[in-house]
Amino acid sequence: MNAAPPMRLDIILEDLEGASELSELQTAIENLRDHFKVDHMVYHWVSGAGDQYGCGTYSPEWVQRYLEKEYLRIDPVIQGCYQRFHPVDWKRLDWSSKAARGFQKEAIAHGIGNQGFSVPVRGPNGQFALYTVSHNCDDDIWAAFTETNRRDLILIAHYFNQKALDFEPDRKPEPAQPLSPREVDALTLLAMGYSRAQVAETLNISEHTLRVYIESARFKLGAMNTVHAVARALSRGLIVI
Amino acid sequence: MLRYIYGNDLDKYPTLAETMFQDRADQFKTRLEWDVSVDEAGHERDNYDSLNPLYVIWEGEDGCHGGSMRLLPTTGPTMVNDHFSHLSGGGHIVSPLIWECTRFCLARNASSRIAAALMLAGGEVMHNFAIKHYVGVFDARMVRIYRAIGSSPDIVGSEGEGREQISVGLWEFTDAAREKVAKRADISPETSEA
Repeated sequence: MNAAPPMRLDIILEDLEGASELSELQTAIENLRDHFKVDHMVYHWVSGAGDQYGCGTYSPEWVQRYLEKEYLRIDPVIQGCYQRFHPVDWKRLDWSSKAARGFQKEAIAHGIGNQGFSVPVRGPNGQFALYTVSHNCDDDIWAAFTETNRRDLILIAHYFNQKALDFEPDRKPEPAQPLSPREVDALTLLAMGYSRAQVAETLNISEHTLRVYIESARFKLGAMNTVHAVARALSRGLIVI
Repeated sequence: MLRYIYGNDLDKYPTLAETMFQDRADQFKTRLEWDVSVDEAGHERDNYDSLNPLYVIWEGEDGCHGGSMRLLPTTGPTMVNDHFSHLSGGGHIVSPLIWECTRFCLARNASSRIAAALMLAGGEVMHNFAIKHYVGVFDARMVRIYRAIGSSPDIVGSEGEGREQISVGLWEFTDAAREKVAKRADISPETSEA
């Protein structure tokens, strides 16, 4: 497909959502890495019992090494993100122990990069996953990158985790979060070409409240932006115009 | 000073945690007469405290709690979705970019400056964690406090009358709003950085 660049993320997410095999998660994460033009993206699931599943673009040697050495136990990214909700720039983590410094040196030698940003995701029943972006660049470039992309990365991390949960054996699928009546109203009017101000006025709500409804609808629909959310709601028959 | 502490780190601050849960009992049970449970230790806790929320706490010079609030992303269980969805348009508000702020609590002798500092801290968390909105459930008294500190929420729905009124509201925190609250709190935004 030769879609224009702004559509690419939508297409990648469309493919991710339609994935029926684990190998398609690997394809999706490689496409996401290319889209964001970074060295690496990795999805890393850690179960309460310490089992791990992952996919991503790190070299197989590094993944093997990580598992063999049980780096899960000393990796400051895991330690710093576990049981947390907020995304973390690796610079803000505690790398002061000897073990952590050795680990970092080895990771950089394996081409992980000197910069990283990880989004923790807490799923149902104690499930925990991390979505990580890493890159080799200076601090200013990295700060600009994360500032621009962090919200998209948070959403992608959650969409990715939702899909990964679908592949867990013996798991009852989570019921999809239905759109609320207000969210349906808002998307319907947007689909009809109303401006945000007109939608807010029609629904007799403030534009701020409207922004919250759109934000929530976008997440439930697995969309990256409002246009994408409206398109998805239409194609699934959730709104009718 | 302001502290930002996840639930599983509260045991590192025993005095602060103890006085926070006591002050919550004092505010929500004793003064507001809400139907909340208080344990033998005199602590008010609910199920959301067991979800490892992020607490923003004002610690006084004596090491005790001066005021606090509790934050959780709306991707998990929240008060507004579990109990008050009829006030927010009949459905759930769900997004990792929308967090719920609950149990906004002030110690009995707390100055209004502490309330403003907490709001400012909420803004810092928002800014640093890439959050776009807060949603919260609050009573009539809080409406006045929020107004006094220059951070009135957008009220989505209310029920009850007068003192008993409960509302669901939303906050954004623009740079302008941040400056305004900082001024009332008499501290620079930088001082409160998470």
